[in-house]
Amino acid sequence: MFKLDVNGQQVTVDCSEDTPLLWVLRDHLRLTGTKFGCGIGQCGACTVHIDSQPVRACMIPIEKAQGRNVRTIESLKRDDNFSVVQTAWLEEDVAQCGYCQSGQIMAATALLEKNPDPDEEAINEAMLGHICRCGTYPRIRLAIKRASHQLSRGES
Amino acid sequence: MSSTTRRDFLKQSALASAGTILVGFQLPVFAKKQALITDAFIRLELDGAVTLMMNHAEFGNGAYTSLSMMVAEELDLDWQTIKLEAAPTEQRYYSPLFGEYLTAGSVSTASSFMPMREAGARTRQLLLEAASIHFSAPISSLRTADSKVHHRDGRSVSYAALIAVVEANGLKPPEKAKLKNPEDFAVLGKPQRRIEAPEKVDGSAIFGSDIRFDDMLFASIVRPPVYGGFARDFDGTNALAVKGVVRVKKIDAGIAVLARDYWTAKKAAGLVTVSWEDGGNGGLSTKGYSVEYRELSDKPGLLAENIGRAEEIIAETEDGLVIESVYEMPYLAHATMEPMNCTAKLAGDRCEIWVGTQYQSNDRTVVAKMLGVPEENVVINRTLSGGTFGRRASKTADFVTDAVQAASGENVPVQVIWSREEDIRGGHYRPQFIHRLKGVLDNQGYPLAWHQRVVGKSIMQNTKHDPAYMVRGMDIYSLDGCLQEPFGVFPYGTSYEIPNHRIESHNPAKTGVRPHEWRAVGHTHTGIAYECFLDELADKGSKDPLDLRLHLSRKHTRMHNLLEKLKKVSNWEQPLAAGRGRGMAARVYSNSWIAQSVELTVDEDGSYSVDKVFCVVDCGFAVNPLGIQGQIEGGIMLGLNAVAYGAIDVVDGRVVQSNFHDYRPLRMHQMPEVEIHIMPSELPPTGVGEQSTTPIAPAIGNAIFNATGKRVRDFPLDRQGFVLKG
Repeated sequence: MFKLDVNGQQVTVDCSEDTPLLWVLRDHLRLTGTKFGCGIGQCGACTVHIDSQPVRACMIPIEKAQGRNVRTIESLKRDDNFSVVQTAWLEEDVAQCGYCQSGQIMAATALLEKNPDPDEEAINEAMLGHICRCGTYPRIRLAIKRASHQLSRGES
Repeated sequence: MSSTTRRDFLKQSALASAGTILVGFQLPVFAKKQALITDAFIRLELDGAVTLMMNHAEFGNGAYTSLSMMVAEELDLDWQTIKLEAAPTEQRYYSPLFGEYLTAGSVSTASSFMPMREAGARTRQLLLEAASIHFSAPISSLRTADSKVHHRDGRSVSYAALIAVVEANGLKPPEKAKLKNPEDFAVLGKPQRRIEAPEKVDGSAIFGSDIRFDDMLFASIVRPPVYGGFARDFDGTNALAVKGVVRVKKIDAGIAVLARDYWTAKKAAGLVTVSWEDGGNGGLSTKGYSVEYRELSDKPGLLAENIGRAEEIIAETEDGLVIESVYEMPYLAHATMEPMNCTAKLAGDRCEIWVGTQYQSNDRTVVAKMLGVPEENVVINRTLSGGTFGRRASKTADFVTDAVQAASGENVPVQVIWSREEDIRGGHYRPQFIHRLKGVLDNQGYPLAWHQRVVGKSIMQNTKHDPAYMVRGMDIYSLDGCLQEPFGVFPYGTSYEIPNHRIESHNPAKTGVRPHEWRAVGHTHTGIAYECFLDELADKGSKDPLDLRLHLSRKHTRMHNLLEKLKKVSNWEQPLAAGRGRGMAARVYSNSWIAQSVELTVDEDGSYSVDKVFCVVDCGFAVNPLGIQGQIEGGIMLGLNAVAYGAIDVVDGRVVQSNFHDYRPLRMHQMPEVEIHIMPSELPPTGVGEQSTTPIAPAIGNAIFNATGKRVRDFPLDRQGFVLKG
């Protein structure tokens, strides 16, 4: 039995200790917003936050996540309100197939929490590990800038 | 953080999105009593929602948005009232173009444009008739807007409130639809954000692999190491000993391990011992194909087109003046972000399936045949797909049959998920192709004779599509984009005119590695061969590549205008600094014309960055300019990715690449700036999804030549010393 905090809720999971957090979320907790893309930390589709740091859930065995705060894409909306980053994503019409977008949004959210006004280089660095096969990259960049603009106008 | 409620967002944005996409869970479609079905595509709900039946799959292509726009325009819908449902596998939902339930070929917009508008218009006429009764007023005093009928005296009635009037009076929609004049369009032709976007930013969108049931099992499949091999025998004892594993069984694809969660199934799959047969494929290699195809390209093939005397002119021309090149393009995997998956439940003689698919009528036929049950006993619930690029239109329904076989005897839903390694290694690939080209110039330096032999496996041969796409033994998809004249069912040629033009085809035996459609199909290789060789002729004839194409297309208005536009917007004639290069290409595919030019910078070590891409497209009436822009950016990304790195190698029957570390995707910082120009047009809409992928690869090859003087003919570029930076 493993105990962890997922999106502000204490949960207990019965699984083998090597089970990656990704499959704990998807199969045990049925939080399917976090996606499986490669299983080797190459694509970023499974990005979640652990203690506010963006991590690849496919690379974190449950025992390493034990007792820590896990935040997934499902946590970003508050009282049915989209977050600034999600709103920017909608405004820029970023998603195509949408499968990678949870990971992209979690990465962008982590970036902007740390650095609300990132330059191109900081954006590139934060998003480097996130693949989109539909090619939504130009709009992801625009959405990050839009969200950054919102945040730096002091609307946070 | 400041935030916006979903409702606020919808309100604030004129381009807002709507409701939830329903995924069927054994709910018979249209079973709801409290709704009015006015058309196969439209259901008015009493609560004010308007449910639209989506008969094309959504996998990033934007079909759900453009189809909704068509109905919303004619029915004057409040965009917020729209809900979507994946239409069931019934004949009335089949593509009017294909006669099958198939989303492919970049034709969803084109083939839906009239049917969806007519559905909306007929329903609108019905509601006007009902409102005329409701208000006791002539229809001429009524108008529709925002899902309501408005009387000119200021009163209005919602569509939902008119359901009772329609029913009480036994009204039926009229036979003939009265469509709006395009000049009155308020929705069509205007940028519209993706209708299902809200679900894609909050994690609630349901893709195939997100289907969950309390009693379900997850399965991982141990697949043969040799492509096309199969399991003779296996020992699942160690796998069964893993806590959570429920079953280990042999299916056609290999050995399926079923467990309570995917990780357990995957881990246990590694503990199964299997004795494999290689299916006679142990000696397969892509190098072997290369040798075989090159030899074939020296021999006459089947004659696809022979305009003038190309062969004779080349034979009569002295050796030094015949330009000859061989181009080779490798196998490519689709590598969709969401690996293949499918969920199936078998109960008695019924089978229910949840899957992201492009081709559900075929999936159903294949499964019904396999199970020996009537087709109506197989129910397919289509989910969203995390990308396809053609992969999810499987003629063998391979990723569906896996799940059905794994679910056999279980009585609970079983979800098979392919690992990325299975996805890359077990894919059906864009086939390897070799093109041998010969050209002769006239005394002005213009192409006089063109001779091209195309060698590679047919996708369509010996499939159900053979009659439609094989012409005199040739796969027209293998040759798409090479012929000057229309060929088979393809009503377009290159839009260039070379006076002597001969195209021959070799489709070698379809054994070994399986050929499959890959975004833009034949154009992914014909585009490179044709447009790069045309550049070679331009160079030999001392012609500007774009001017040469303008010359060749002078009798083809759409191509010619497109090229004129590209020349202008891309500042084609403006010189570039040393080390920089510019290249372009133009293509016609599925009745859309598209041209792209690129600017890139090559360092002395051969590393390069693509700085800018200009794209000009003529796709008829642009239904959703915002969607078109996204599709074009995406197509450019995928085409650039393939030409930069894309290759699947087979050695000793085994696929070498396995995951994103060795089948490299393009990443965000490598994406060039893209500038898109859509040609204004009143002609019927045509597609852009695949078209956008086609010119970028040859344009890059041509720009590398322009920058360095080196002509690459074997792809991908990174194997020829040109490595995309990043």
